[in-house]
Amino acid sequence: MRNKMLEVIVGLFMIVGFLGLLFLAFKVSGLTLSRQSDNYQISADFDDIGSLKIRAPVEVSGVTVGRVSNIVLDSESFRARVIMDVNKKYNNIPVDSSASIFTQGILGSNYVALSPGYEPDSLKAGSKIETTHSALILENLIGQLLFSLKSDKDKDKEPEKTSTPAQ
Amino acid sequence: MIVSANESIVQIRQLRFSLSGRPIFKGIDLDIPKNKIVAIMGPSGTGKTTLLNLIGGRIKPDSGTILVHNQNVAKLSTKALYKLRRRIGVLFQEGALFTDLNVFENVAFPLREHTHLPEDMIQNLVRMQLNAVGLRGALNLKIEQLSGGMARRVALARATVLGPELMLYDEPFTGQDPISRGVLVKLIRELNDALGLTSVLVSHDVPETAQIADYIYIIAGGVIIGEGTPSELLKTEIPQIKQFTHGLPDGPVAFHYPAADYREDLNL
Amino acid sequence: MNQLQQLGSSGINFCGNLGLSGLFLFRTIFSRVKWRQAWPLFSSQLYKVGVLSLVIILLSGLFIGMVVALQGFNTLRKFAAEQELGQLIALSVVRELGPVVAALLFAGRAGSALTAELGLMRATQQLGGMEMMAVDPMWRVVAPRFWAGLIAMPILAILFNVVAIIGGHFVGVDWLGVDDGAFWSNMQDAVGFHEDILNGIIKSLVFGFVITWVSVYQGFYSEPNAAGISKATTRTVVFSSLLVLALDFVLTSLMMGGW
Repeated sequence: MRNKMLEVIVGLFMIVGFLGLLFLAFKVSGLTLSRQSDNYQISADFDDIGSLKIRAPVEVSGVTVGRVSNIVLDSESFRARVIMDVNKKYNNIPVDSSASIFTQGILGSNYVALSPGYEPDSLKAGSKIETTHSALILENLIGQLLFSLKSDKDKDKEPEKTSTPAQ
Repeated sequence: MIVSANESIVQIRQLRFSLSGRPIFKGIDLDIPKNKIVAIMGPSGTGKTTLLNLIGGRIKPDSGTILVHNQNVAKLSTKALYKLRRRIGVLFQEGALFTDLNVFENVAFPLREHTHLPEDMIQNLVRMQLNAVGLRGALNLKIEQLSGGMARRVALARATVLGPELMLYDEPFTGQDPISRGVLVKLIRELNDALGLTSVLVSHDVPETAQIADYIYIIAGGVIIGEGTPSELLKTEIPQIKQFTHGLPDGPVAFHYPAADYREDLNL
Repeated sequence: MNQLQQLGSSGINFCGNLGLSGLFLFRTIFSRVKWRQAWPLFSSQLYKVGVLSLVIILLSGLFIGMVVALQGFNTLRKFAAEQELGQLIALSVVRELGPVVAALLFAGRAGSALTAELGLMRATQQLGGMEMMAVDPMWRVVAPRFWAGLIAMPILAILFNVVAIIGGHFVGVDWLGVDDGAFWSNMQDAVGFHEDILNGIIKSLVFGFVITWVSVYQGFYSEPNAAGISKATTRTVVFSSLLVLALDFVLTSLMMGGW
């Protein structure tokens, strides 16, 4: 016995479920439908990428222009190579732009910020950004702070040396 | 009653079966001859329903053989067993109608499952079956709307719709009012004769069974304590059989459950 | 010695039951289903376990989303991190609360109903009758219920998630004053489609599989009387709930380890 009404309701149930999935995909997880062909790839080598993750945003002046697509270790220079997908509509970023890794907020996650340079040529597929600034690692900062505190203290302890140029 | 092999549809020899250590059958020999209605009777709990399950191949005996249509039921493969079952119709004690289908669909069920008959033929066949049991007008009722007696009749229509050769009835009269009983008695006899069936009837209703059975086996304590035609059995003086057929409260099956001496128990 | 024997026999019983349920599952999945005839049952079962569970699932999702928002806001306030509320709600719900709570509710409502239906069919000899009519109850009665349960569970979990997040949004943004834009953008940054949403759906598929398996098994093999049915439904709810929680732990550790 086929109950048409029942089947319609069940069909609606499944459609609503699918719509819910779409909601979760786009509104909740921010899935974007950009295909590979919308982006071009550039790379940059860093000494330390901190806690940069794949899919972290790539920003210029705070505007997201792309995403980190892969992170690999260069086996010769032992620097971290970050590969980024940049949206093709941002095709006039100067080749001498620098890439830095910053943190979102105080407790946030890392992202790549590109500071535009001055050259007339633009980055294109396969370009490599030469100037990079690694992430600020908390331990290094603390170490530097302690070191500079200590050296300030040492400076205070040393007797004032008036530089006497040799006659 | 030993009958030659090609005359009996069901042949049981030296059947032994026990359930959780308790022996149910201690060596039973039974024949169900073609086109006859054979009743299997006995006190409650003697395993009459178990016997039907053994014949239908739902359980296997501990030893002995059960031949149905000359095939050893216990040794059949699942496929062969299912093929054999299509030639057997069963009327369950509870009717066992499918509650999610209506009357028509229940009776049509075996046709839809096992045949490729076109829809209009199925419509006619179902109506004919229901007419035979007097319920053609109840085609569209839901199972919940049927009375007990009507449900049994629908179950009977469903069980016979494929034209089986062997019918097994599990306590068909139990719990029915006198009119329903009369209807079922009439139907069982008529169907058996009209369709050329062989019927096995399991019951403990002596008057009704005696009306239609051609031969009766009485089983108690795991063995056959008596067999014969209804008139023979009703006249017998053997105490066990007489107590059963006449419904005597005391006899070989004692009234008192074994207990200590009455005087001692009351501390007199 | 007696206690040792009992322990041994319960161990053997357990293995026997496990084996029987495994065989049962195998027969259910691989039985040759005649879909033209089984379709009405499949869709009516999908209606019964899916659509009819919506009320309890959606209401529970709503309340849970709202409570998480409330509790989360209180805690985040201590770190001046109220803007992260959206992320907190979404991650808790999508990763854990959604699949698990929806599964537990499903076990209690739909699982017990499946067991009771099959148990009743067993008790009224409908299943035995089918076997005697040479129709395999596996494909006619059990398999449609199994597939319906399996499909309904992820859909219900998804809808639970959606309603919970909406409820959380209502409490967080409309009531507690979290910024609407921050709510969604922080959430979108933190929630990954593959790691969180898809993994959550995989979890609910596994849960649906297990719950439906336990439910139909317990119903099919229940004792054919009223007491038997009630025992079987209790077992369904208890076993499937425990299995869901245990599997949740296993799946979460696998997923976090980056399978």
